[in-house]
Amino acid sequence: MAFDETKTEDFKVVGQRVKRPDGVDKVTGKAKFGADAVAPGMLFAAVVRSPHAHAGIVKIDTSKAEALGGVKGVVTRADFATGLTGGDLDVLENVMAGEKALYDGHAVAAVAATSQLIARDAAKLIEVEYEVLPHVTDVDMAMASDAPVIREGAADQSVPEGMHANVVRYHESGHGDIEAGFAEADLVVEDSFKTEATHQGYIEPHACLAQLGGDNKGELWCCTQGHWNVQKLCAAMLGLETSQLRVTASEIGGGFGGKTAVFIEPVALALSRKTNRPVKLVMSRSEVFRATGPTASTSMDIKIGMKKDGTITAGQGTFRLQGGAFPGAPMEFTAMCAFAPYNLQNVKQVGYDVMANRPKQAAYRAPGSPMAAFAVESVIDELCKKLGLDPIEVRLKNASKQGTKASFGPTWDRIGLVETLEAAQSHPHYSAPLKEGQGRGISCGFWFNHGGETSVTLALSEDGTAQLSVGTPDIGGSRASMAQMAAEELGIPYENIRTTIADTATLGYNEVSHGSRVTYASGLATIKAARSAVKILCARAAAKWGIDEDAVVWENGCAKPSGPNAGEFDPLPIDKLTRSMGRTGGPIVGHFEATPEGAGVSFATHIVDAEVDKETGQTKVVRYTVVQDAGKAINPAYVEGQFQGGAAQGIGWALNEEYIYGEDGRLQNSVFLDYRIPVASDLPMIDTVIVEVPNPGHPYGVRGVGETSICPPLAAIANAVSNAAGVRLKELPMSPPRILAALENQAKNG
Amino acid sequence: MQYHTPSSFDDAVALAKDAQGVTRFLAGGTDVLVQLRADIVTPDVLIDIKKIDGVSDIAREGDGWRIGVAVTGAEMSEHDTLAKEWPGLVEAMDLIGSTQVQGRATLTGNLCNGSPAADSVPAMVAAGVTVSVTGPNGERKVAAEDIPVSPGKTSLEAGELVTAVHVPARGKSGGDAYLRFIPRTEMDIAVVGCGINLRLDGKKIVEARVSLGAVAPTVLLVEDAANAIIGTELDDAALDALAAAASAACNPINDKRGTIEFRTHVAGVLAKRAAKIAYERAEAAS
Ligand SMILES: Cc1cc2nc3c(=O)[nH]c(=O)nc-3n(C[C@H](O)[C@H](O)[C@H](O)COP(=O)(O)OP(=O)(O)OC[C@H]3O[C@@H](n4cnc5c(N)ncnc54)[C@H](O)[C@@H]3O)c2cc1C
Repeated sequence: MAFDETKTEDFKVVGQRVKRPDGVDKVTGKAKFGADAVAPGMLFAAVVRSPHAHAGIVKIDTSKAEALGGVKGVVTRADFATGLTGGDLDVLENVMAGEKALYDGHAVAAVAATSQLIARDAAKLIEVEYEVLPHVTDVDMAMASDAPVIREGAADQSVPEGMHANVVRYHESGHGDIEAGFAEADLVVEDSFKTEATHQGYIEPHACLAQLGGDNKGELWCCTQGHWNVQKLCAAMLGLETSQLRVTASEIGGGFGGKTAVFIEPVALALSRKTNRPVKLVMSRSEVFRATGPTASTSMDIKIGMKKDGTITAGQGTFRLQGGAFPGAPMEFTAMCAFAPYNLQNVKQVGYDVMANRPKQAAYRAPGSPMAAFAVESVIDELCKKLGLDPIEVRLKNASKQGTKASFGPTWDRIGLVETLEAAQSHPHYSAPLKEGQGRGISCGFWFNHGGETSVTLALSEDGTAQLSVGTPDIGGSRASMAQMAAEELGIPYENIRTTIADTATLGYNEVSHGSRVTYASGLATIKAARSAVKILCARAAAKWGIDEDAVVWENGCAKPSGPNAGEFDPLPIDKLTRSMGRTGGPIVGHFEATPEGAGVSFATHIVDAEVDKETGQTKVVRYTVVQDAGKAINPAYVEGQFQGGAAQGIGWALNEEYIYGEDGRLQNSVFLDYRIPVASDLPMIDTVIVEVPNPGHPYGVRGVGETSICPPLAAIANAVSNAAGVRLKELPMSPPRILAALENQAKNG
Repeated sequence: MQYHTPSSFDDAVALAKDAQGVTRFLAGGTDVLVQLRADIVTPDVLIDIKKIDGVSDIAREGDGWRIGVAVTGAEMSEHDTLAKEWPGLVEAMDLIGSTQVQGRATLTGNLCNGSPAADSVPAMVAAGVTVSVTGPNGERKVAAEDIPVSPGKTSLEAGELVTAVHVPARGKSGGDAYLRFIPRTEMDIAVVGCGINLRLDGKKIVEARVSLGAVAPTVLLVEDAANAIIGTELDDAALDALAAAASAACNPINDKRGTIEFRTHVAGVLAKRAAKIAYERAEAAS
């Protein structure tokens, strides 16, 4: 095979449901997560956090804490780098408050001591004098003229004149003439929607072990989705040279985007530098809720026009996202994803990034997209109902295809939306009868997917096995998928490859495991690294046989002459070549470094049946089917796992999960008891259908699958619940009190 | 923090009487230890009552039951006769937490923690449960509904503790039931709870007790609701009157777990549903 070829069939290892290499360690407790790291002489840290949503920090008195036996050091903002600007300054402000505490839970100081209990007691002895300021936590209220200003001058140039200082970025995109489009419609529906912030809810709290000397050389072990990013940010926060800080990623107990940022790592490093001891810092669950990065909350207005035959004539959306006390709410993604599934002649979307006194939002699976789908797909559902049209037929009629100009500009390459809709339509779920009190909802969803900087090496051992080093932390079974791709290329068994997540000293820069990029980008890099190793293997065989390198092919783990003209030689298996590699030119290592830019977008269609108890407003999801385009499923079991996981998290977001702030601006439900993530008995078995429309930008056709799966659930569930309850639900979560209130409201107003 | 393991209730009283600062008894610890770790209550004195003789026994007391103060939810559920006679009470206790929590949590702890949302408490009140209380001034018997006085507070005096739970005789043609509303299916705190216990003569209800949880600062014993069904055969009119009386008795708050309107409405819905179950059980026991 040529070294740049695309392979779409005759796979031997790819497509198999192999066991993940980390599985046994995880179920037996051997796997080392963030909090499992230890070092001799290690100290334990605790963080002092603001109890106020918005307050000036007048004075911090650390003397009592420092006097407590066992306390080795206290840090405040004064112990971090100065002179940072832009994004780095925002990260530092979030990691350790400067002049103001900007949200309930904002770190203001931290202490390291010889035991966890002493550290906790010492934290209580640190006296912070606050000047409490007015606060705002709701997105619409944060934009109102009387809202307190979170930070003056945070807005960039995109923001139109006259907006409140809390509006910090503005986005506008689209094409055509929406007014003309609405004039062509037989029916126009316009409505407003809101969604609350939710948390990724990963089971492992943030944890790290830091060691930094006075010479500014350091080591950091932490649970993260991207340790090069941690390295870069921590170096900036502490004023280090990037290369002097080596970062190792632990096993990770979930991230979903929430572990793409730093929170405690710079703090542990500062404490370590101050005490000259290793420092361990582990967040409690309550700290995770209060002071990491939940999603943005939203307020959205949607207007869509449709003809009687189901043709959408125009779509318009306004998306206001609150992303905490810093710029960065992903409103442009919300705007761009909103109408992406549809081929619209006239479309316009506007986004506002709004600051409020809440923790800085972080990515959560397809950041911004699920909310957009909720609003847009609810209105489409309403139009279908009012015009008596089948919701899948309408979506098929308007579906984006190859060649369609996307709502946000580009022209689509090969995409698989129509295929997911057709598979949903012919799935037995779609035609199954519903029981009394049940409703069905469907929705499409879209996510971009991403490439990003990637670096991989593949070193062959003398026995013909291979060590694959990748730099993207494994958050969904990717070590198995990488090994499958390498095995496919090398023609050796899957078990003969060991995949390691290498530390920052071992590989070139690797972007975070986000954007559904890992199986695409690290996978592409793995394939190319394997091909570069195969090239060397073929060259060694050619040298041995005394023939031209181009006259050697690689098949089933052996070098062979390419044909009768190349000469008559017995195939040389990989282990024969590797055993002699020391004498034939040295170690054989394949590698690949690049920023792949051929990530393939992905679409999904979900079908949901929900049952609503109209007396209590309680909802039960009784049946759920995910249909999604994976491009190529390297390991179908883990692809299905991603589909199911997205749906499960979507069910939580749609029905019961929410950040609840009191009048005082404090988070009221910072424990799993009151932050209501679904428990196993809340979920039906989630059925999956893998559609495979290959991505032309990957050698095997892979598209990312990790994020698209959470785009349709909010909308699909809202449509199911609205159909079951007989009233449109426009606010998430659709908790029982909200459903009951909507039913009562309808009974009152007809 | 001091930790004691007295071997008699007298010793426990003596320790509690002299204790300085915040004192907690340690039964299952599923409230005490959680509150400690969450920095909500840090006791100065912790008195573990599990080493006292007999605290883990479920024993006949006349035709009723005496349940020790360290008996766990799991032990109650596994006790066939108790579960058959008082399914509502046992199911209420069984709703608490997970399998792990069931191996620790007790009726007494649930009652004395003083949460208005405690699941077993409306069931105890409906059943007419009383508890023995011992203290520096001797022993007294107190109705379950008279133990909690406000969220987190009980009527127990300093040095007093509960030594046993008394469940009355089931008698003939009786049935009880407890239902709670939670938004999920498991691992949640009651937004509303309702316990109902009733007795039939033929098809007619002759005795009833209706109790509500999580709709007021303490558990409620709602006489109007009981009166709405006494003398009826639980027809639709009686059920509607029951629901109305239950809702009328509510004095809830708006909080992260539910609104005033929601709790008030759902109290009526649960009362109806619980009454139907208790009625069926009473018929089956006739
Ligand atoms: C994960 C989890 C889930 C839970 N789910 C529920 C639920 O669904 N419903 C619910 O109602 N509760 C729930 N709880 C709370 C708790 O489990 C119950 O309240 C339980 O019944 C407490 O019993 P315990 O024996 O563990 O009490 P402990 O924690 O030992 O004590 C609780 C209180 O009672 C006092 N006390 C104990 N014994 C005596 C005594 N003999 N005399 C006087 N005072 C005494 C203690 O001083 C303390 O104040 C849950 C707890 C957890 C951790």
